[in-house]
Amino acid sequence: MAKITLNDEAQEVTLPLSLTELIKANSATPEMVSAQLNGEFVAREQYDAIAIREGDEVDILYFMGGGQSS
Amino acid sequence: MMDFTPEQIERYSRHILLQDVGVEGQEKISNGKVLVIGAGGLGAPVLLYLAAAGVGVIGVIDGDTVDLSNLQRQVIHFTPDVGKPKVISAKEKIRQINPDVKVIAHHDLFTSENAFELIRDYDFIVDGTDTFPVKFLINDACVIAGKPFSHGGILRFDGQTMTHLPQTACYRCVFHSPPPPNAVPACSQAGVLGAIAGMLGTIQAAEVLKFLTGTGELLADRLLSFNAKTMNFRTVKLHKNRQCPVCGEHPVITELKEAEQTACDLKQR
Ligand SMILES: [Zn+2]
Repeated sequence: MAKITLNDEAQEVTLPLSLTELIKANSATPEMVSAQLNGEFVAREQYDAIAIREGDEVDILYFMGGGQSS
Repeated sequence: MMDFTPEQIERYSRHILLQDVGVEGQEKISNGKVLVIGAGGLGAPVLLYLAAAGVGVIGVIDGDTVDLSNLQRQVIHFTPDVGKPKVISAKEKIRQINPDVKVIAHHDLFTSENAFELIRDYDFIVDGTDTFPVKFLINDACVIAGKPFSHGGILRFDGQTMTHLPQTACYRCVFHSPPPPNAVPACSQAGVLGAIAGMLGTIQAAEVLKFLTGTGELLADRLLSFNAKTMNFRTVKLHKNRQCPVCGEHPVITELKEAEQTACDLKQR
């Protein structure tokens, strides 16, 4: 088990874990989010290759449209 | 110094009383020029508060007409306005709230063709639109033209907003490119709690007034998001993304192209 911070909240995860797997485990679709790892944006093509490590801070940001007429 | 009439001094007295605003701050607001793109859920509260605050020139662009299903959250439009162009309905209300404000209404869409022309004369731009291609277009136009703007988005019970200033993170720094068409539902399909539009729009209006008066810390290099079910608000620190296609080290977007997707299918009724 490893302790990480996801969207400001402490979470325990089992390693090995890729960023893609972490996003999916939090019921999000990798193509529909943007992710920061320790304050740096990660290109979507790299989500699979990124291995989550103890102490990582991950932010998953969601697309939000809405507002005008829809 | 601008000469406020006794009536204006009274109208703006609650701003003038504020230590961080005062007469000088009110002058800046009264000399401000703000363009609001979209006179819908987000644009409505933004326009109402900017009008009440006495922003000197308010530009508003929207190609739609008022629909009955808009009235649940687009509080600048009233029942008798159904069928009227939104910008006309909005202009009428702004006039009634505050005759000091000069309103420039464009019953039109914001496109790559008219973007630079439209934003040129304004100090600050507000994104109150609902489709991703247009959100990205607003971002690119403002970044390239060096204009500050406020991004806003709402969905279901959630809202998010950030303020871009020249040199701070832009919308593309966070979201590289629009999501695949129809991947993210629009409010027409997923719904939205009406008051969420007001919560988010009034945050955007506050950012505009902070920007014009130079007060406080803007949501620059920060993305504010909230969920109204839990009423948890969260601010994520951002910084410019070196790989950003429009403001990064090697920008590939140097001119505006037609929105990558012309209309959101989900919007079709
Ligand atoms: Zn950028």
